[in-house]
Amino acid sequence: MADLTTRIGALVLKNPIMPASGTFSEELAEVFDLDCLGAHVTKTITQGKRAGNPVPRVCEVNGAMLNSIGIPSKGAEWFLQNTVPFYADYDAPLVISISANSADEFARFAEEVSVPGVAAIEVNISCPNVEDHGKAFAMRPGPTGDVIRKMRSATDLPLWAKLSPNTGEVVEVAQAAEAAGADALVTANTMLAMAIDSATGRARLGNVMGGLSGPALKPITLRMTYQCARAVSIPVIGCGGISTVDDVLEYLIAGARAVQVGTATFISPTTMPRLIGELEQELEERGLTSVDALIGSVDIADEAITLAEYA
Amino acid sequence: MPASLCVVSDSAPTAAPVRHSVNEVDCRVKAHEWVNGQYRLLTLSAPCSVLDCQPGQFFHLLCPQTDRFHPYLRRPMSIYSCNREKGELTFLYKVAGEGTGALAGLETGDVLNIVGPLGQGFEIRPEWRRPLLIARGVGLATLAPLAQECARLRLPLTAICSARAPDLLMSTNLFRSFGAEVITVTDTEGNSDTESLTPLIEGLIRSRGIDAFFTCGSARLMRMLQEIGARHGIGGQVALEQHMACGIGMCQACVRPFRREDGAVNLRVCREGPVFDLQEVL
Repeated sequence: MADLTTRIGALVLKNPIMPASGTFSEELAEVFDLDCLGAHVTKTITQGKRAGNPVPRVCEVNGAMLNSIGIPSKGAEWFLQNTVPFYADYDAPLVISISANSADEFARFAEEVSVPGVAAIEVNISCPNVEDHGKAFAMRPGPTGDVIRKMRSATDLPLWAKLSPNTGEVVEVAQAAEAAGADALVTANTMLAMAIDSATGRARLGNVMGGLSGPALKPITLRMTYQCARAVSIPVIGCGGISTVDDVLEYLIAGARAVQVGTATFISPTTMPRLIGELEQELEERGLTSVDALIGSVDIADEAITLAEYA
Repeated sequence: MPASLCVVSDSAPTAAPVRHSVNEVDCRVKAHEWVNGQYRLLTLSAPCSVLDCQPGQFFHLLCPQTDRFHPYLRRPMSIYSCNREKGELTFLYKVAGEGTGALAGLETGDVLNIVGPLGQGFEIRPEWRRPLLIARGVGLATLAPLAQECARLRLPLTAICSARAPDLLMSTNLFRSFGAEVITVTDTEGNSDTESLTPLIEGLIRSRGIDAFFTCGSARLMRMLQEIGARHGIGGQVALEQHMACGIGMCQACVRPFRREDGAVNLRVCREGPVFDLQEVL
């Protein structure tokens, strides 16, 4: 049997498949045994309660989904009393995704949620609709470094920085997160997008703009994964448009040490257990004994690398 | 994966809704026919793992990709009937958009992937002995299993079926087969507006002793029933619709505001619903 384990810093995951934040919750336990997953990643929570955005909060476009859910949150207290204990029954490490309005708030919140049962914190610095007309910390290296640095001094838990595709400075943001003490990068969150109903002239999301996810996003986030894996020495976790085992393989080959599956779970709630089985089968068919053998193995001519760096 | 037992529940129907396990399964299309010019009846062969359903629950359907239609997200659809002995699940739907357009292309023998059963169904409280069902359009499909449940509980039932035109009235014979007294109203006959329906319903409260309302398919009818219910101290339930993504409760896309003790709260139509207390809907 092929060895599916993968290492994200100090954490050993039994396989590289985990959910993307916002597309996973306790309810999925009614569909399959959540312990088959490499890790559990919660929906982003905020310190205080938040109502979220007006409906419609989702709409579909060709091969993709737009969402502007708006991070509805029951707050830290509810989360620590209800959600963390729920996941204590599972062996898979619990990664909690948090968001805040400033670097200082991020740091205070990180300290508050650093409790037994939490294995790592995913830092949502990339949600496009949180504040300031869709601008986010992860758009620029400076604010990214600030947030991670302040959180680093507030908690000993591993910090996973979830990057945004809404930036022209992918490598600089990745390196800023690494330099500030991030333990891993997640590439990436949704891409800021919009849809209009041509018949009515109305924006199709209540919040006007929202994040694009699903297969249409994959080439962009795969590219980011490749760029980041080459530019930093911390692990990179691929995320964006994964629904088939070939998608998983592409991310691993691009340099990801693990992947997150998001929107595909909405289309088929059994996607993640299916991918774990298919990945194992795929490795065996290729005569590979471990996931490690694939990671970063992308075959690129020297000439192409030069071109990519100028792109 | 825990599978639901394929047995008829002998628990009291008035007990709190039981949380069933959710399954994703491929079902073969057994029959698929037009009921009238707009509605189609889809019959699936379904495994018993998904046939432990409550009236008012729904399934999330993976509508096929066709030349013309490319739905990406699943489509929620309330159960029209669920038969464990026959291994059958049926859906009555209006061909309206991308998802139902694609669904309409399914032929006998094709496969449809479904997830469910999902959500909280209707609850017939013990004190409700004389229910009135009021449905419009596709809401008639949602209330059909409830009518069957009322028949099983031997509750005398009155149903008001509303549609744009007489040829779009559906399920009236089905409701009658469950022993319901059926009253039809249509836009073309001019008796389906709330001004006409309010005195009709208040008359039924007096003559039949109606003590519960169940409705689906029209916001206008729901508001009217909230008013009549508040005036006469009559409770009830409503099955709601909302744009969904996951259908299971993960994504928070399908929320609506509801009145609860501590003020207005957003609840998920897919998870806390789709059936809600009539007076809680804001």
